[in-house]
Amino acid sequence: MIVKKGTWVRVHDIVLTVKERVDNLPKDTQNLPLEMWTKGILLDDAKLGDRAKIRTITGREIYAKLIEVNPYYDHDYGKHVPQLMKIGEQLRILLAGGDLDEL
Amino acid sequence: MNSNYKKIMSKRSEIMKKSVGIDYSVFEYGKISFDYEKMMKETGYTLKEMQAIQGEAGVGNTPLLELRNLTKLARKLAPSGKGARIFIKDEASNPSGSFKARRGVNAVYHAKKLGYKGVIAATSGNYGAAVASQAAMLGLKCIIVQECYDSKGRGQPEIVEKARKCEAYGAEVLQLTVGPELFYIFLKLLDETNYFNASLYTPFGIAGVETLGYELAMQFREKEGKDPDVVVCTNAGGGNLTGTARGLIKANATKTQIVGASVNLKGLHMASDTDFNKKSFTTGHTGFGIPFATWPDRSDVPRSAARPLRYMDRYVLVNQGEVFYMTEALAQIEGLERGPAGNTALAAAFSLAQEMSEDEAIVVQETEYTGAGKHIGAQLSFAIENGCKVFYGDPKDEVVGENIILPSHPSLIKTRDIDLNKLRKSYIKNCMEMNNIGEITKADIQFLIDDCRAGNDRILNILRELKIKII
Repeated sequence: MIVKKGTWVRVHDIVLTVKERVDNLPKDTQNLPLEMWTKGILLDDAKLGDRAKIRTITGREIYAKLIEVNPYYDHDYGKHVPQLMKIGEQLRILLAGGDLDEL
Repeated sequence: MNSNYKKIMSKRSEIMKKSVGIDYSVFEYGKISFDYEKMMKETGYTLKEMQAIQGEAGVGNTPLLELRNLTKLARKLAPSGKGARIFIKDEASNPSGSFKARRGVNAVYHAKKLGYKGVIAATSGNYGAAVASQAAMLGLKCIIVQECYDSKGRGQPEIVEKARKCEAYGAEVLQLTVGPELFYIFLKLLDETNYFNASLYTPFGIAGVETLGYELAMQFREKEGKDPDVVVCTNAGGGNLTGTARGLIKANATKTQIVGASVNLKGLHMASDTDFNKKSFTTGHTGFGIPFATWPDRSDVPRSAARPLRYMDRYVLVNQGEVFYMTEALAQIEGLERGPAGNTALAAAFSLAQEMSEDEAIVVQETEYTGAGKHIGAQLSFAIENGCKVFYGDPKDEVVGENIILPSHPSLIKTRDIDLNKLRKSYIKNCMEMNNIGEITKADIQFLIDDCRAGNDRILNILRELKIKII
């Protein structure tokens, strides 16, 4: 897929390879590269997955792997957590002067 | 090792000096000491100046609310005659939704005054949003560097939300996987852009929180005609507690006891990729609280202005399940949907109030906004997805990363005390190790007395135990 110049995109890069990382990291982290993500305007037409140049909102130019077009957020309020449901009821009963067994 | 890494790290002091505009070395003396008060005086702002700067930016003057239902509940659970009144300072009503606006506004104001074109902050939390919001107001560029993802590309929902908020204010957000080399990326960006280092730990950042403590004292006096008996601060890097305590002192509320509270994340390694998404709190926890109390100068400036041991009367822990329960309680019986991370001090206050008498008052000095990603529902769902079990029980049995135990009854919410002497000893040990020395001068002893808030004998005892020579 060719992405047109001027599109708002997200890029990814390896900023430190496994060998370049500092010593004394926990074992799991030590065997991983340090990765980076940021967003900007694509400066030339480029293929998704290729390295491309972007200009970030502060005007910095970055050359990294093009991974997402028109990136957006989809974090939310989570799924329904049944375990939370009883707290309000318990508190209201206690406040009303009642005694309630443990949940 | 990457050659660029070495080059940047070797320029560390030079980059710091250029990007903060403070020569910290002029305040240093002895083997380990520096003149903290002189640094705060000469490089910070007066309370009046800060109030004016913050007032113009719409920061501060947040309401102080009495939590009548939680007080009633605490009294029901406490022994007869016990159960202090619980108050909360609703800092979520600041422009960026937390008390961090007080720190952000000062940093950005100072950057603008010194002629910097932009600001950079290394933060995954509310501070990023605060700096971005203030940079938008004052027309400076802003870059926020976050530790956000694990190696599978899964972002902690709260940190993802913070990225969204920073971008909403026009900031560039640079996100990284787990690791302390974030500091290298941060220095590299400062070097590349010549922007201001809007560190959380500069004198002006901490001075920005002094208005909170001062305001709290004034509001409380107006309402109750006395000073609060206890103020509880959620403690991570120490700036919240330090600034609030200094503000209270400036208001002459010197009898008010200062309690730090952190969420217990014992067992999780902060630099571990696997542990990263096992925590349901990204701040206010022991992963910051303990290391920053025992070595404040680990921060992104040479001498941190946040020095919690200097001001803390007591330091208590609560568990994740207890804070989640109190977050739900705050919404369900007080009508305030906030946090959860900012409710750490609230969970502690609910327990502490039951130790205090009915005619006393305890103030929780912050709330923070909630929203997608941050919300208790988002955090608990994320924990469950990561294999963490969520159930009712006794929160003291919680095993961090394996389960979150919601108290089956509010009477099970109990703070656990941290021995401040152990922290003091650990701090002094770090002073020696980080400076690579085995002896200190007599002048250093007074510095340690002040910096640890301990008497001469206590400090001398610790020095003897650690076999540190005095020259």
